[in-house]
Amino acid sequence: MMNKKAIGAVAVAAAAVLALSACSGGSSEGSAGGDAATGEISYWLWDANQLPAYQQCATDFTKANPDITVKITQTGWDDYWSKLTNGMASGTAPDVFTDHLSKYPDFLKTKQLVPLDDSITVDVSQYNEGLADLWVGQDGKRYGLPKDWDTVALFYNQKMATDAGITPEQMGSLTWNPQDGGTYEKAIARLTVDKNGKRGDEAGFDKNNVAVYGLGLPGSDAENAGQTQWSYLSATTGWTTTDKNPWGTHFNYDDKKLQDTIDWWASLAVKGYMPKLETTVGANAADNFGAGKAAINSNGSWMIGQYTGYKGIDVGIAPTPQGPEGKRASMFNGLADSVWAGTKKKDAAIKWVEYLGSSACQDVVASKAVVFPAITTSSEKAADAFKAKNVDVSAFTQHVTDKTTFMLPITDNASKVAGIMKPAVDAVIAGKSPASSLTAANEQVNALFAK
Amino acid sequence: MTTLTKQPDPGLSARAPRKSRKRGKPSDGFRGIGDLKVALFFIAPAMVGLILFYLVPTIRGIYLSFTEYSILGDPEWIGAQNYERIAKDPLFWNALGVTAEYVLINIVLQTALALGLAILMHRVAKSTLIRGALLMPYLMANVIAALLWFWMLDYQIGIINQIIEWTGLPRVAFFGSEQWAIPTQALINTWRHMGYTALLIFAGLQAIPNSVYEAASIDGSKAVSTFWRITLPLLRPVLVLVLVVTVIGSFQVFDTVAVTTAGGPVNATRVLQFYIYQRAFNEQDFGYGSALAVILFLILAIVAFIQMKFLRGNQSDLD
Repeated sequence: MMNKKAIGAVAVAAAAVLALSACSGGSSEGSAGGDAATGEISYWLWDANQLPAYQQCATDFTKANPDITVKITQTGWDDYWSKLTNGMASGTAPDVFTDHLSKYPDFLKTKQLVPLDDSITVDVSQYNEGLADLWVGQDGKRYGLPKDWDTVALFYNQKMATDAGITPEQMGSLTWNPQDGGTYEKAIARLTVDKNGKRGDEAGFDKNNVAVYGLGLPGSDAENAGQTQWSYLSATTGWTTTDKNPWGTHFNYDDKKLQDTIDWWASLAVKGYMPKLETTVGANAADNFGAGKAAINSNGSWMIGQYTGYKGIDVGIAPTPQGPEGKRASMFNGLADSVWAGTKKKDAAIKWVEYLGSSACQDVVASKAVVFPAITTSSEKAADAFKAKNVDVSAFTQHVTDKTTFMLPITDNASKVAGIMKPAVDAVIAGKSPASSLTAANEQVNALFAK
Repeated sequence: MTTLTKQPDPGLSARAPRKSRKRGKPSDGFRGIGDLKVALFFIAPAMVGLILFYLVPTIRGIYLSFTEYSILGDPEWIGAQNYERIAKDPLFWNALGVTAEYVLINIVLQTALALGLAILMHRVAKSTLIRGALLMPYLMANVIAALLWFWMLDYQIGIINQIIEWTGLPRVAFFGSEQWAIPTQALINTWRHMGYTALLIFAGLQAIPNSVYEAASIDGSKAVSTFWRITLPLLRPVLVLVLVVTVIGSFQVFDTVAVTTAGGPVNATRVLQFYIYQRAFNEQDFGYGSALAVILFLILAIVAFIQMKFLRGNQSDLD
């Protein structure tokens, strides 16, 4: 009898475990239990450079609200999103987390985010223009409070530029077009040096033995819609990623303007001005720049600290080149903080988000000179903090003041689009397929939205 | 045994066995049930584990392959749509081809080298130290081995490319070029698994009785023909086992790809397991990922069946 009981107990326990796991697998969104306004709340972010600033914010926040403490966890970008999704499925996601424009549509679709405007009213005019609108879902509700923004510029090695006879003024007034690459390509060619010391624009240049590439290459960047690598060029031709933004449902990778841009970019590798894609696997483009193997890197403003931190490299920051229509362009991306729908401490979580979105916290972030906070006055303070560190960030900020930014494309199915576009653009940059092959990939992408 | 000690009256010994049999029957049956209970008790942990971690997930995986499921929210039944989409998915067919290339290079090389090593262990290297050293790569975690080679074979800073350059040859993008990426990874895993496979074959070699070899040498057989006519045929059951196990393992290559090329360049290393992971975990399409996994499961079952059937892996020629 004892044995039978024991077996029965094991069976019951097994069934219970099964039932439990089935529950947590399915309906975590419904489990938003408490609205507690006190206790410890968890907060996740991915950028280690920003951790000290937000730790300071958390300390200040607890000082003002002694009954709430904030536990911050930092996880690198590569693991952040799968960890977060698994956490949501298993009921262990953080109460509040740093959210990204390309990711939050999927969370909205599966009802993982708490609409903030049910509980708080925030003056959105304090933020840089457009940032707050990005975090309003298709239902008209707000799912994130803007925390920072970023634009793109050209980091370049000043000594190499001087040696090549290129002045900072010339670097600051580059032009580009998809046909001959304009003065941008001329500068890239001039800055490329082969092993015999011949420059890319000189006779006898050996493109198969290059010592310094004019332009660095981290990868095809198609998984990020070309954010730092080619969107600053394609957008100057008047091309847009989707039919409308946010919430576009039709992609335009079949457009000749985009394909000409990608073809031009891929041609740099053929000419020996940019590394071949196959040599970049496992390499870090920024570190290669730091090692003096590339003269120019296009990258985002969140990378300022890393690029200016390389010992022995005198880094200049130039604005992205002017396009065929005489205008510059930079993707404008903004992060925000969102509250997870499964939180047990909703009121405390929202209070923390409100604090993160206020000038009290964003001024602290500004003072650390790591990123540009979303609040206009705070991002001016950040520019001053960078200046105090002898870094001229006007190449990034002028996109905002000149209104030459365009928003990161916000759509459903972002990860599936990335899964299709990355190998497609890889193949073009690797020289395996012409850019016209992107038309077929574009059809696959648009088919995702057909249902 | 208690029934025997309780045997009554010795005078009735003639009837005693029958009686005891009669009494024994229910008690035997009863003991049987008692044994069953005890047996179940001991089987239970393994059984619960099997049901919980194999049977239920397998059935659930098959069920999910007929649904659309994003892990957040509930699965939605869509019939065989996932399978229809897979049939038309160029990336699936690409993954099949890439995986097949990997398995072919990996298995052929690994089995040939392991066989050679096993014979050397059997005939030449009797030292336990050397035999042990052959197992060293296998003791390393897959991910560590992959990262180590990733670093040594790096295009810019890898020591192997430094050596290649010293010899005057052009550097090789071992992981970056589409031609090299799969052979490189197949070779890394061959290096890692070779010693272990050799050990399995070595055990098989030791099971072949010496008398067979003696008979062969008396008949004047040379070493080469002894290998082809005696060693290899008698080793067949072990080789089949080794092949079945290594082919299944080879088809499931994932970690090496995941920590190095992540499917790239372009689609050159998007092996089946990595494609399953990508669809399920990166793109939150668990239904599609499950359908791919079911297909991989069927492929492996068929491959294992063919190997067992045609190589007669369950029979030995020694008896």
